[in-house]
Amino acid sequence: MNSKKQFDFVKNRKRFFTLSLLILATGLVFLLVSGMNFGVDFKAGTNIDLVVGKTLDKAKVDEIMSQLSSSGQVTSRYADPTIGGTNNDRVSIRFDEVLNDDAINKIQSAFAAAYGGEVSKEVNTVDPQLAKELLIKAGYAVGIASVLICLYVSIRFEWRFALAAIIAILHDAFMVIAVFAIFRLEVNLPFLAAVLTTIGYSINDKIVIFDRIRENLRFAKLKTDEDLVALVNDSIWQTMARNINTVLVVLVAAGSLYIFGSESIKLFALAKLIGLTSGAYSSIFIACALWYMFKRNSLSSKKKAAA
Amino acid sequence: MDWKRISIFFLTVVIVLGAIAATSPSLVSRIKLGLDLKGGFEILYTAEPLSTGQPLTKETLSQAAESLAKRADSLGVAEPEVYPEGEDRIRVRLAGVKNEDEVRSLMSKPAVLTFRGPDGTVYLNGTDFVENAAKLSYDPNTKQPIVEIKLKDRAKFKDVTTKLTGSTLSIYLDDELQSTASVPYPIDSDAAIINQSSVTEATKVAKLINLGAMPLKLNEKYIQRVDATLGTASLHETAFAGLIASVLIFLFMVIYYRVPGLVAAFTLITYVWVLLAVFDFMNATLTLPGIAALVLGAGMAVDANIITYERIREEIRSGKSIMSSLKAGSKHSFRTIMDANVTNLIAGIVLYYVGNGAIRGFAVITMISIIISILTNVILSRWLLHLIIRGNMLKKPSYFGVKEADIREL
Repeated sequence: MNSKKQFDFVKNRKRFFTLSLLILATGLVFLLVSGMNFGVDFKAGTNIDLVVGKTLDKAKVDEIMSQLSSSGQVTSRYADPTIGGTNNDRVSIRFDEVLNDDAINKIQSAFAAAYGGEVSKEVNTVDPQLAKELLIKAGYAVGIASVLICLYVSIRFEWRFALAAIIAILHDAFMVIAVFAIFRLEVNLPFLAAVLTTIGYSINDKIVIFDRIRENLRFAKLKTDEDLVALVNDSIWQTMARNINTVLVVLVAAGSLYIFGSESIKLFALAKLIGLTSGAYSSIFIACALWYMFKRNSLSSKKKAAA
Repeated sequence: MDWKRISIFFLTVVIVLGAIAATSPSLVSRIKLGLDLKGGFEILYTAEPLSTGQPLTKETLSQAAESLAKRADSLGVAEPEVYPEGEDRIRVRLAGVKNEDEVRSLMSKPAVLTFRGPDGTVYLNGTDFVENAAKLSYDPNTKQPIVEIKLKDRAKFKDVTTKLTGSTLSIYLDDELQSTASVPYPIDSDAAIINQSSVTEATKVAKLINLGAMPLKLNEKYIQRVDATLGTASLHETAFAGLIASVLIFLFMVIYYRVPGLVAAFTLITYVWVLLAVFDFMNATLTLPGIAALVLGAGMAVDANIITYERIREEIRSGKSIMSSLKAGSKHSFRTIMDANVTNLIAGIVLYYVGNGAIRGFAVITMISIIISILTNVILSRWLLHLIIRGNMLKKPSYFGVKEADIREL
């Protein structure tokens, strides 16, 4: 391996740490200032999706809705209807209160009358207490999983790998949350599933590179800090083809879901895309450098690096 | 060429592909689809005791769940999924329901059955009856329709009928009077009959008593409804997305890894097929997030092949023979793959235990797909690769996508 021409991941770590921290900090600011854009799963209310089979136009939708409001058939406040779907034949309206069946049917028939023909609907109603519980549960799940993964990695590798892996994994999970907070994307249950499975992929990715470092450690004579840097960089480069190919394959899978999948899976796929990208990035640019920093101290305690 | 090994290889591939082709259509049609793919609704109830002071136990909760399932059944819903959750919740999933409003009003308003005296005092309620024991029958002497009922507590029934001898006992559903029966004498038995005026009336009363054995009061917490047409569209779009992803992954693997890539493509098809078969065997329900997990799982399964092949290519480049490269590469990569998968499995198990509903389904698919991918994309694919390499079919590094110029002298 000709290390001269190769990019030095360890030496350039500050740049990547800064980049990550910038994104995460921006996300945190958005999170604290405006919070997450919680969808119907995490907020009380009703979300109605109507498919009318014809192209909808915004003005007419607004007209139908304001008529329903002014006649007192729908009393709840509602957000601006969004039109989407394959050929703009789907409208999604979010209400701040839980609608009863009567109101839902009135809305459906109003659209059926205006556009003629079949109107199919998807209705989601939720009690937010439940979703909050789920969020707490998800938090617990991540916590417990992190501890157990730490344990396993500590047994199979060493504690430094475990610590570096967990920091990088949480980095990936927060990256998805940060991007969703910055762009005000809607957060629903599938989003939660996306974040949790990102953790699975991310750990997979770190273990592969760490495994290579572990293997190279067995034959390495680590005398100086330089040796350690070279070892980490070589390990990353040796696994580079696999890292890139694998992330390409999973991105193709998630990307197909995003482009061709149904409306309700799009945001999930987007969350996966962010998570997978972040997972691959942090494996290469963050996790190994972290391990190097933890390991460096043990080296200098034995032998002072020739500075 | 070692024809024995080569023929075993081709036989395996042909037989497996044949089996897949033969069984797939029926397998796919048998897989149960969730309500988000088929239309239907999901309701989450929270339960509270009928009267204050009554305890809410795991037993009464599963009893209530059972009653709900029976209700759905009696309303003609195919395969209702009803299960208790946590301390005080019941989740109901009804897919492919046609008469939605009727079903929902009956499901979402679990009626409380009471037996009251003439002054309105409640003497008995639905929980005092043996579930599903009420039935229509005929008086052997008068040939009049009657309803036979069975009680759980003989002493209690005797007590009530003693108190009400000569008076009447009325059956109420919520606060609606359904029918009234006279009590001619104390009944010291756990069975009784109620005389009825007509067969229709008797059928109604019997059904009421059976459905009324709802030990808890249920409140709707969360409702999700999907119309059938929308569900079908979701299914088609997402399945199409999965197909596109698979084709792209196949192409990539074959172009990049050449012959081993073909093996990977074959094991990936096997992986999806085995996964669906396991699904069918477990009687699991496929949902939209489930399909997404399956598509992503396929991507993760290929990772095992990629790790192995990259390792083998590395060994070839270092100047080893194809055979020893295969051995060394397989050995090294196996440890990596296992470590990565075990950690992933840990995450899946935790997700399963802590999560619920949708998240749980996701965790199950994740865990199953990890285990299956180890079988197909590690063990099966390695065995196949061994066969063709030992069969001396692949002698050139170019079959592995390695350029001659990259190979170093040992």
